[in-house]
Amino acid sequence: MKSARKARRQSGQLALVWRRMRRNRLAIIGMAIILAILLISFSAPYIAPYDPLKQNFRKLLQPVSAEHWFGCDQVGRDIFSRVLYGSAITLRIGVLAIIIGLTCGTCLGMLGGYYGGLVDVGVVYLTDILLAFPGLLLALAVIAVLGSGITSVTLACSFSSIPQFIRVTRGMVLSEKEKDYVTAARSIGENNNAIMFRYILPNCIPALIVLLTLRVAIIILIASGLSFLGFGAQPPSPEWGAMLSEGRMYLQTAPHVAIFPGVAISILVLAFNLLGDGLRDALDPRMKI
Amino acid sequence: MLLYTTRRILLLIPTLIGITLVSFLILQLVPGDPARTIAGLEADEETVQSIRTQLGLDKPIFVQYGRFIRNTLTGNFGRSIRTQNEVVAEVWPRFINTLELALASTIIAVFLGIPLGTLAATHHNSPLDYCTMAAVLLGISTPTFWSGLIMILIFSVCLGWFPPGGAHGFLSLVLPSLTLAAPSAAIIARMTRSSMLEVLKQDFIKTARAKGQTESRVIFEHALQNALIPTVTIVGLQFGYLMGGAILVETIFTLPGLGRLLVDSILTRDYPVVQAGVIFFAGSFVLTNLGVDLLYNFLDPRISYEKR
Repeated sequence: MKSARKARRQSGQLALVWRRMRRNRLAIIGMAIILAILLISFSAPYIAPYDPLKQNFRKLLQPVSAEHWFGCDQVGRDIFSRVLYGSAITLRIGVLAIIIGLTCGTCLGMLGGYYGGLVDVGVVYLTDILLAFPGLLLALAVIAVLGSGITSVTLACSFSSIPQFIRVTRGMVLSEKEKDYVTAARSIGENNNAIMFRYILPNCIPALIVLLTLRVAIIILIASGLSFLGFGAQPPSPEWGAMLSEGRMYLQTAPHVAIFPGVAISILVLAFNLLGDGLRDALDPRMKI
Repeated sequence: MLLYTTRRILLLIPTLIGITLVSFLILQLVPGDPARTIAGLEADEETVQSIRTQLGLDKPIFVQYGRFIRNTLTGNFGRSIRTQNEVVAEVWPRFINTLELALASTIIAVFLGIPLGTLAATHHNSPLDYCTMAAVLLGISTPTFWSGLIMILIFSVCLGWFPPGGAHGFLSLVLPSLTLAAPSAAIIARMTRSSMLEVLKQDFIKTARAKGQTESRVIFEHALQNALIPTVTIVGLQFGYLMGGAILVETIFTLPGLGRLLVDSILTRDYPVVQAGVIFFAGSFVLTNLGVDLLYNFLDPRISYEKR
């Protein structure tokens, strides 16, 4: 009972955001879509009607039918099953990349903003350099070093998010560290690490959640773009970007092969954008993220 | 103003050095022996050694970086491993093509985004506003490599109005630049709408209306001019992102641009071309941002950078 009350008090700001966001219908739709796709990604092996890798040469490029809802691809694989399985790949890249980007970016931004001086100069310089590369280009530079593959794509995507997290965290820390509660914490003898991560960080969390949601949308676009270019998941993997790339060849005769994976990417990205916009409006509509 | 311009240009130097450092590191950080990676697994020791000498990989790292900076400043990026041509001769014409594409897309995005955003703001909370916002959401959520394919499907496969790809003059640039412009148009429209809504709430708009000015004069002469200031920054940033987005669009429409060259060079491990491509992309992005910053300062004299 007591711990529950404590937990509620700690999440006071988040609870307020949630109450405001609940009234935003679009944000709730976005969240519902994300949850649904998450559920699909876990249950794909049970709900997919066909094996995503099984080829069937009697069904090459078969159009949409009751038997195959999204039709079949160039080697007769069921596209609907492949799209279902592909959600797990895309979500895994998105989640891993955002966790790495969030951790590195937040720590660097925290250090720069809190300690100031030369540390801050270094952090700001690093951010400036990383921001000199448009997202996809930075990701490609990482790919050029690491080579192709899902791991490289994940790292490349996380890299392209680091500067945004540094910037937001650093800005928040700069204004937070002047506040009275930080002085109070210091006067009771808390050390720097505790002040940074137990006092200041919780106050940055709402802004970071908004940035995180909007960045996942961009990461999914970059990751599927990299796979489309041939750097990410390799065939026969049912990654959406890779499927789209394969489907390009059959655009004239069987456009459905390329259309459905693209729709899947758009829906997932749209959901994250809706949720992110809703969160931002619930938090502070004037927030510049 | 002059002081600000000079300072802003001087501040560019460390960023440019950073860009060359990143580009330099691409080759250095390749796991294992870069010369061996480039030559391929079957290559004999002699080939590997010749690549090593050609790229200067046998020298100490600081010497290598010094040489890299000097070569970058003189525009000498060495020779392409794949074609043995001068890298600059390979990169420059491709760069011009990408620049053309990005410019065309920027123009489309501006002429689509600003009127849409203004309309949405002046008809706030009307069906027109909702439709625009829905279009904006679709625009930023649809990957260009998918919308490009849909464009090809509709306008060249079904209707036959435009060629599906390749570089054959003006007509072949229409679909790629429309595809590339869509997300930017959406972002510009959203920015214009929100800053227009902000401006329309201001007192001087009430004053303008109170003294009996026509609604179109209020909107175009009083409101829009002020609302466009933040939009300028976005447009500048978008130009840079459009250069980056060109990487995907050039692949779909088989345009011989810098993006496509970069992708091909990464796939064939042609590192000198990759390094030059990265510098060209990032350099043009940074220079555009500088231009926008200066323009911004010029447009909005209220912002005094000297005070900061």
